[in-house]
Amino acid sequence: MGIELQNITKTFGEYKAIDNLSLSIPSGDLIALLGPSGCGKTTLLRIIAGLELADSGKIILENKDTTNLPPREKNVGFVFQHYALFRRLTVFENVAFGLKVLPFRQRPARKEIRERVEHLLKLVQMDWALKRYPSQLSGGQRQRVALARALAVNPRVLLLDEPFSALDAKVRQELRRWLRKLHDEIHVTSIFVTHDQEEALELADKIVVINKGRIEQQGTPQEVYDHPANAFVYNFLGNVNVFHGRIKNGKVSLGNHHLDVPDELKNVEEKTSQTFVRPHEIGISRIRSNDNDLEGTIREVRLQGGQIGLNIECEGLDGAIEAEVPRELFINLQLAKGVQVFVTINRVRVFTGDYEI
Amino acid sequence: MGLFQRKRRNILPGFGLSMGYTVFYLSAIVIVPLSMIFFNTIPMGWEPFVHAVTAPRVLASYRLSFSTAFFAAIFDALAGLLTAWVLVRYRFPGKGLLDALVDLPFALPTAVAGICFANLYSPMGWFGQILAHWNLQIINTPTGIVIALIFIGFPFVVRTIQPVLEEVEQEIEEAAHCLGATRWQTFRKILLPHLFPALLTGVTLAFARGIGEYGSVIFIAGNLPMKTEIAPLMIMSKLDQFDYAGASAVALVLLCISFSMLLLLNAVQEWQQKEYNS
Amino acid sequence: MPQPESAKSTPPVVKKRITDPRSVQIFLVGFTYLFFIGFIFLPLGLVFSQAFQKGWSFYLESIREPYAIEAVKLTLLTVAIVVPVNAVFGVAAAWAITKFNFKGKSALKSLLDLPFAVSPVIAGLIFVLLVGSRTTFGSWLGEHGIKIIFSTPGIIIATIFVTFPFIARELIPLMEAQGRDEEEAALTLGAKGWQIFGKITLPNIRWGLIYGMILCGARSIGEFGAVSVVSGHIRGQTNTIPLHVEILYSEYNFTASFAVASLLVFLALLTVVIKGGIEKQFQKKSFHL
Repeated sequence: MGIELQNITKTFGEYKAIDNLSLSIPSGDLIALLGPSGCGKTTLLRIIAGLELADSGKIILENKDTTNLPPREKNVGFVFQHYALFRRLTVFENVAFGLKVLPFRQRPARKEIRERVEHLLKLVQMDWALKRYPSQLSGGQRQRVALARALAVNPRVLLLDEPFSALDAKVRQELRRWLRKLHDEIHVTSIFVTHDQEEALELADKIVVINKGRIEQQGTPQEVYDHPANAFVYNFLGNVNVFHGRIKNGKVSLGNHHLDVPDELKNVEEKTSQTFVRPHEIGISRIRSNDNDLEGTIREVRLQGGQIGLNIECEGLDGAIEAEVPRELFINLQLAKGVQVFVTINRVRVFTGDYEI
Repeated sequence: MGLFQRKRRNILPGFGLSMGYTVFYLSAIVIVPLSMIFFNTIPMGWEPFVHAVTAPRVLASYRLSFSTAFFAAIFDALAGLLTAWVLVRYRFPGKGLLDALVDLPFALPTAVAGICFANLYSPMGWFGQILAHWNLQIINTPTGIVIALIFIGFPFVVRTIQPVLEEVEQEIEEAAHCLGATRWQTFRKILLPHLFPALLTGVTLAFARGIGEYGSVIFIAGNLPMKTEIAPLMIMSKLDQFDYAGASAVALVLLCISFSMLLLLNAVQEWQQKEYNS
Repeated sequence: MPQPESAKSTPPVVKKRITDPRSVQIFLVGFTYLFFIGFIFLPLGLVFSQAFQKGWSFYLESIREPYAIEAVKLTLLTVAIVVPVNAVFGVAAAWAITKFNFKGKSALKSLLDLPFAVSPVIAGLIFVLLVGSRTTFGSWLGEHGIKIIFSTPGIIIATIFVTFPFIARELIPLMEAQGRDEEEAALTLGAKGWQIFGKITLPNIRWGLIYGMILCGARSIGEFGAVSVVSGHIRGQTNTIPLHVEILYSEYNFTASFAVASLLVFLALLTVVIKGGIEKQFQKKSFHL
């Protein structure tokens, strides 16, 4: 088992950042800690690194209890959100730093250090920048150097704190793909923290969804997206329409309309509920295809690249529905603002119990 | 949790060493020596204490120090505001020179400033001669003290206003202009209130400095008892007579005033923070 | 419609600021110059005019005169001790304050402002009260042959008190702005305390440190009130340059007094120029008094 966290708790004054959290991460995996701002994910990462001390609980890295060890002895690599490159040192000296501060006995020879640094910089495609200073590099370049620096000391675990959040959208996408490729090459157990669900879904082997210091769900991206454990996870991953209503007699109300309830809730008596519908699980057509269809008018059209986002106001429904249709459909049906359409809801998830968005 | 105990949030090393040294140093250099003032005044007993600090000469010295520092601070408020405005807003020949020279009164040793102004306003000095024509005497009068203090307090006002003035958004003035305000109205109703906390801070700093000022004042003042004898000089003369208790007593009063100024300053700065964060 | 490749911002347009009418500008600038002439330029000019009143040779003589030289030596000795000592303190205090969170931090920061609220005469007074020959502590030291007040150590200690905040107050905003990230990164890479400090922190703060030391040094040289109290005013032994200037002036030896004072003026101008230069370099917006 690569990383094992047992019953971690951390409070800051009155505020409980992490609430009795336990987690197991297999060796060699790339894991995403996903959650909204303030949910405790960065705190958890820093605790694993030893930059914060947990109030209680254990941290076991590669079968070694490292709970009370200082960061130095934990052998973790940490990549900071704002890179934290040493501004007065060149790129080479930055990456070599971890090797140069090793105790005398463990320190490699100068030649060896040089080779290792050059190899790493080549790996991150920054070997041309050996003598440059961080201020001369772009954000994406700096982050790659930061990564090389963290890898230089052969860490057991690689921890990344929102590594791409400070970068432009395009650079972010490129680096994401690049990080995945890098991980596939070197296979270090890695954990990265993000609040961007797209990033988590795209990159991770496993996603751990965290909210208010607790784990809401953990699983592969597929599992978490298609079978969310609760309303929070469903809402956090991907776009969603939320409708409040009531379940009664096997049907859930959507304004004036009633839809069949998913099987698992068929036996529920009257209860308030929230109904979740994904924008791309909605069918749009010009003619009524179903008794259950809702009738509505397109109020807004959003061009989102390959998909078109539609904001539709429906009869008898409070609030509008957000739908996503492929571009071809949009063109073929000659959809536009003000056009009347029929909305088929292909799939719903219904959650009872209190959940606040 | 005890005082100075580290909240275990930070793992960087060296807290014990740096904190320990800092506390030790401050105790040895600052806290223990300052406490001597108390140790020398408390055994005095209340009545002798009051007697010492309310003797006519002492009272006169307080009055003098406070009033001269006050007027100098007011003048500095005007001159400082003017200078800060002109340096931040306008372009003119010699601007860089003036900007640099604002710091001169702060960098110049007080004794040099002292002999300078004393000489300038002495009967044979450049200014003294001119003033003699109108039968005006500056030297050996409180006015002389005020002039020296104006010099000393000037940088405090300018340097606290400057950064605030620099950060004022252009759009605010443009909006006022569009609404029909004249420049003077814009200044009076919008900019001045915005600058007020900084102005108050600068003036308070100048005032606090002026109360305790010694070197730049004693040359021009003449040090005539009851007339141009500043409070710090009172302390000096008591020391010369080995009246340690008396010197401490006078010093204690001055310290109390200075510390309340410092507290006032902190309160003003907190107010300033709230203003800018709203 | 495809989105643009990357949202590139347009180059900044330099707007002309709404400003005051020309006549008002000239008026205000004029008044400012008037103030500067009366309060800064003329006094400066006076120093040099008086210093050279009796010619070059007298000027040089006044500076080379033995007592003057002794005063210079004492002043330099003071600076040579005060600045490094306060630098160590400044670095230690800044490290403790900026790299850690603890209760009492703001109280500590306020303590650093203390000398600015204390009259220099009082600064001298407290040391007389502490280790003067008439105090218990002082007489005990006297029995062991250590004289502080009315002697060089007293001058040094009083100067330390007056100038101790300078370096700390320079470093603290600088280190706060730099944050803890780099130090934490070094920690995760395996560096130990002194390695972190020496290889990462110190290079990052070196200009702030140098600047603070210059300010501290300039102030140490010029300190008058506090030193006046603790010094014995003994020519050739316990006189710093400012005290020497005072003595000469009180003896009506004006020209010599201004001659020696001119050295201090040169130094003050140098400090002002360096300060301006460094600020331009780093475009610091706030002035650290």
